[in-house]
Amino acid sequence: MAGGVGPHLSTHRLTITQKGHDPRVNNVLRNARDLGLDGLQGVEIADIYFLAGTMDQADRDEIHRILVDPLLQTGSWDQCNNSSGKHVVESLFHPGVTDSVAAELKRLASTVGIDVATATGKHFELSGEFERGDIDRLASCVLANPIIEQWSIDSLAEPALTTRSKAPRPPAYNIDLSLASTDFALHAMNVERSLALDIEEMRAIRNYFEKNARSPTDVELETLAQTWSEHCAHKTFRAAISADDGCIRDSLINTLRQSTDDIAAPFVVSAFVGNAGVISFTPGRTLAVKCETHNHPSAIEPFGGANTGIGGVIRDILGAAHSPIACTNILCFGPPSLSAAEVPTGVFHPRKVQAGVVDGIADYGNKIGLPTVAGAVLFDDGYTANPLVYAGCIGSASHTEGTTYVESKPRVGDRIIVLGGKTGRDGLRGATFSSMTMDATTGDVAGASVQIGDPITEKLLCDVLRHGRSAYSAITDCGAGGLSSAIGEMAEELGADVDLTHLPMKYPGLAPWEIWLSEAQERMVVAVGDVHALAALCDDHEVSYTDVGVFTGDRRLVVRCDDQVVLNLDVDFLHHGRPQRQMNAVMPVPLRIASPTIPEWLTDISPIEHLRHLLAHPNIASKESIIHRYDHEIRGASVVRSLVGAENDGHGDGVVLAEPTDQHGIAIGIGVNPWFGLIDPRRMAEAVVDEAIRNVVAVGADPTQVALLDNFSWGDPTRPSTLGELVAAVDGCAQAARIFGAPFVSGKDSLNNEFHRSDGERHSVPPTLVITAIAQVPDVAYTVTSDLKSADNVLMIIGTTKNELGGSHISMIRNALGTGVVPAINPESPAQYRALHSAIKQGLIISCHDCSEGGLAVTLAEMAIGGRLGVKCVPADVFGDNDLNVDLFSESLGRFVIEVAPWQTSAITQLFPNATRVIGHVTSDPVFTLPDGSQESVAKLRANWQGMPK
Amino acid sequence: MKPRALVISAPGTNRDEDAKFALQLAGATATAMSIKQLIASPHHIDNSQIIVIPGGFSYADALGAGRLFAHDMIGAISDALHRAIEQRRPIIGICNGFQTLVRAGILPGGSSRVALGHNESGTFDCRWVRIEPVSQRCIWTQSLSEEIECPIAHGEGRFICSPHVYKELNDNDQIALRYTSPNPNGSIGAIAGICDDTGVVLGLMPHPENHVLPRQHPQFHRGISRNLGLNLFKQGVSYVNN
Repeated sequence: MAGGVGPHLSTHRLTITQKGHDPRVNNVLRNARDLGLDGLQGVEIADIYFLAGTMDQADRDEIHRILVDPLLQTGSWDQCNNSSGKHVVESLFHPGVTDSVAAELKRLASTVGIDVATATGKHFELSGEFERGDIDRLASCVLANPIIEQWSIDSLAEPALTTRSKAPRPPAYNIDLSLASTDFALHAMNVERSLALDIEEMRAIRNYFEKNARSPTDVELETLAQTWSEHCAHKTFRAAISADDGCIRDSLINTLRQSTDDIAAPFVVSAFVGNAGVISFTPGRTLAVKCETHNHPSAIEPFGGANTGIGGVIRDILGAAHSPIACTNILCFGPPSLSAAEVPTGVFHPRKVQAGVVDGIADYGNKIGLPTVAGAVLFDDGYTANPLVYAGCIGSASHTEGTTYVESKPRVGDRIIVLGGKTGRDGLRGATFSSMTMDATTGDVAGASVQIGDPITEKLLCDVLRHGRSAYSAITDCGAGGLSSAIGEMAEELGADVDLTHLPMKYPGLAPWEIWLSEAQERMVVAVGDVHALAALCDDHEVSYTDVGVFTGDRRLVVRCDDQVVLNLDVDFLHHGRPQRQMNAVMPVPLRIASPTIPEWLTDISPIEHLRHLLAHPNIASKESIIHRYDHEIRGASVVRSLVGAENDGHGDGVVLAEPTDQHGIAIGIGVNPWFGLIDPRRMAEAVVDEAIRNVVAVGADPTQVALLDNFSWGDPTRPSTLGELVAAVDGCAQAARIFGAPFVSGKDSLNNEFHRSDGERHSVPPTLVITAIAQVPDVAYTVTSDLKSADNVLMIIGTTKNELGGSHISMIRNALGTGVVPAINPESPAQYRALHSAIKQGLIISCHDCSEGGLAVTLAEMAIGGRLGVKCVPADVFGDNDLNVDLFSESLGRFVIEVAPWQTSAITQLFPNATRVIGHVTSDPVFTLPDGSQESVAKLRANWQGMPK
Repeated sequence: MKPRALVISAPGTNRDEDAKFALQLAGATATAMSIKQLIASPHHIDNSQIIVIPGGFSYADALGAGRLFAHDMIGAISDALHRAIEQRRPIIGICNGFQTLVRAGILPGGSSRVALGHNESGTFDCRWVRIEPVSQRCIWTQSLSEEIECPIAHGEGRFICSPHVYKELNDNDQIALRYTSPNPNGSIGAIAGICDDTGVVLGLMPHPENHVLPRQHPQFHRGISRNLGLNLFKQGVSYVNN
């Protein structure tokens, strides 16, 4: 510690180093290597805490005593000992980026009587041999992220803490639309203001204001652009589509809605309305279910993007007036083995993306206290530049006898209350702001287009809303579009009068449109009749509470700021004035008839060798290292986990959750297969619906009580072929939902997932449809896992295997992805799933595993690995009806492998007439024997399967 | 009458409900109160017969796990906690609660003799472990006849102390629980939990509150039903009852 400092006003800097190994070092070295920066040989990392204010030596000693644990850390004040001659990089968050550590540091200091402004940073000392530019690249690509951080090289970082300006709030201003009398001028305005509207929409806006004989304000124009954006209005899913197959199509959203209406499942309470789908499998209890994507943010700031993605979908559940109980995530990354040269400029290495995304999900889910229970991880080069992050959440609500969930609606006279975090420039036109010069002397602050989440603030919000359910009449979350869309949607039928003047701000100087559209995280809007109860609850839970106005009933949305009316729009125009988009689609024409000849690549390598390769493929290999990063045990509700078996490392199908006091539960299953989508989008959609349902049926769910969520990540839909693929996939979804009687209750689309590569071409992600199935498990005592249980039991297959190798993993590892047909739904499957459920309820099924990626061989291997037992398949001539390689590796739908007691095989055969056969038995000797007699030890297969890159 | 258990939360505490459920199953009544409420009215601590500091991420683990919760505790309720210890009312800190009691100097007693550092793996880790009771001094483990299986869910659980302190803890029978499954975090001596020298205060990293029903065991489907974490809570309750 530096000694002898008198009280003085300045920025004090406490540098804390971990004793022993700092785990962050390995990440830095690996990320540098992945970028080809092999010169970096070592790095030392320290945390910097900045405290600006008046502190004397006693204050410094006290802060040091509290913050530095002498067994774990060393701390030093004001030192910048760079005597080593090493390069030093120091990073800081940009002003305005959420820094909960700095906030807690400030709070802590205040509890010991020290009033300071605070910031945090990181200090890196780099050793190695560097070429010109290496340190710059390390700083901008490894040590810091320009989206949220700034850095200094070989000099000390200095946060702008000591100068605080009171930047005045700029007023709203009028935009003269009369100047935009031509389409050309309208188009120019659209581009200049980044409104992302089309010409029809711009004309509608001009006509509205012409009719009202006035100019729009900037707030009004921004609000219309936001409300009518693809993100908020789902213009593609609501468009009228002309397809080249001559079929007249309703909008995509109506295609899905119609299938749900036709199924008319009694357990659907609310579908495609509001923040989430609502279902009820049990009297007195409803479930809210939702899945969202956060793709672009996760590409540019993997930790923050995934982090706020989880935070956002949890708020969707809060916005449906349910308490969140579990999270899911489906992640799509580029190949982990990519070399530095193969990573396009401006794109992070897939391993860095994966590490950041997993950290971001773990950070939010673990801290908010929700189990992350189910998911999938996929790898394909199509995701290198456009990683996909799907985050799902399930919530539960209890209702007193005779009542159920009622979609919440505000009442005239209800106050409009904003709860939770402060408002900043978060998420506003990230592109514009990231190019602005940061000026420390003005204290003016730019918003990050991606934020870091604050799970503790959201946890407190959850607690307030759980205890205060009777205190509000309507609720919605602040997501895209911030208050403009939250209050705008709530006011759709009534109108509202809002005053933004007193909303708590992260920093001064925000213009009215910025406040109104800010996407600051962890905020909810509630409509409240009696404000006192909620205000008291917020005070107890330390949640910020601001009354910003009232629902009026005059069907006008009025927004004020500093005594100026900055927005005054007819709610009908805002919500229904957008002209329906007209779009053209060229439908895909995939191969539907399989060639009778077996491709040479399928048979030129032995099945056991193919199996080894398949087990090691990143898509199929164990995801254990990721699953352990997530708290999947909190709340004690897991009955079937995604890790199963004798050593808790086997591959599970769906998961089953049950409140510890309940005997019934829910199962969650995921279906996704972009490789089918590349070949046949319609069959892909049918296949992934089937897969999601198989996953829940395999663990014990009732196949007649399944609800579905759809999440599409697609390319640019203005390209008619891309739209055609989307139309085909939506048709497939609706068809599969009808076949299984499983209604869609909520969905979301993320379009324009494209990237300009160095070849000058735009590349789209593979058509990636994620289906989440949520199903009733009538009795959790009758649930089943996939791991083999005991020797001599008989293995049987349910369902039919066909020559359907299109999009299969065996074709992928042999670079023959395009060959063959994508599997079709077996019309017998719904009846077979019901029969399987009945067998599970009778206790006939000892283990059960669905057949999906890699086919039957992988399914059997995973069951053996989970149970640490062997499998002996029956000889090839009785194993199946096809070529042995087709039987082992085709990914035909509708199939399960079950383990049954030897004396129960006839009962099974009766339950599944002509749809089951014995394919082998379980052996105590842990050896895996294929129908051709080839063998491998289960331990070696497990080593292949667990070799997944960390 | 059932013993009254008090579960103390801070912003970010998240296994409070799980702890309450475990205590109720073990035969206590359980109430949760925030540290903010207790700072205003510490007599609630005096009125409680069992005190639980549950798991979670108090104050987001900002500035180190448990550090800010401990700071609150030292400032405002340490007198009430010390009265509880003197009167031999059982206290248990689980995971973040353990970290907090260590930072507050309540475990093992005396300041900065032990610490809970980052897991050897460098990351948060959630997995099932097996722990054995070893202390006869600790009232939570002295009559515990079998091992406990339950999950861990932490990033900072590596128990650290000098060889000298380790010997002291060992000689004084303050090592309450050790991992018998592979050491998940690199703790010295596979220590999963320790008690104070009165034996009344137990801190442990694993979550026995998440194994209070047989069906919560991950091998339930393999016919395994044993080693409930509930037994640990029953020890605390029966100590109060006797």
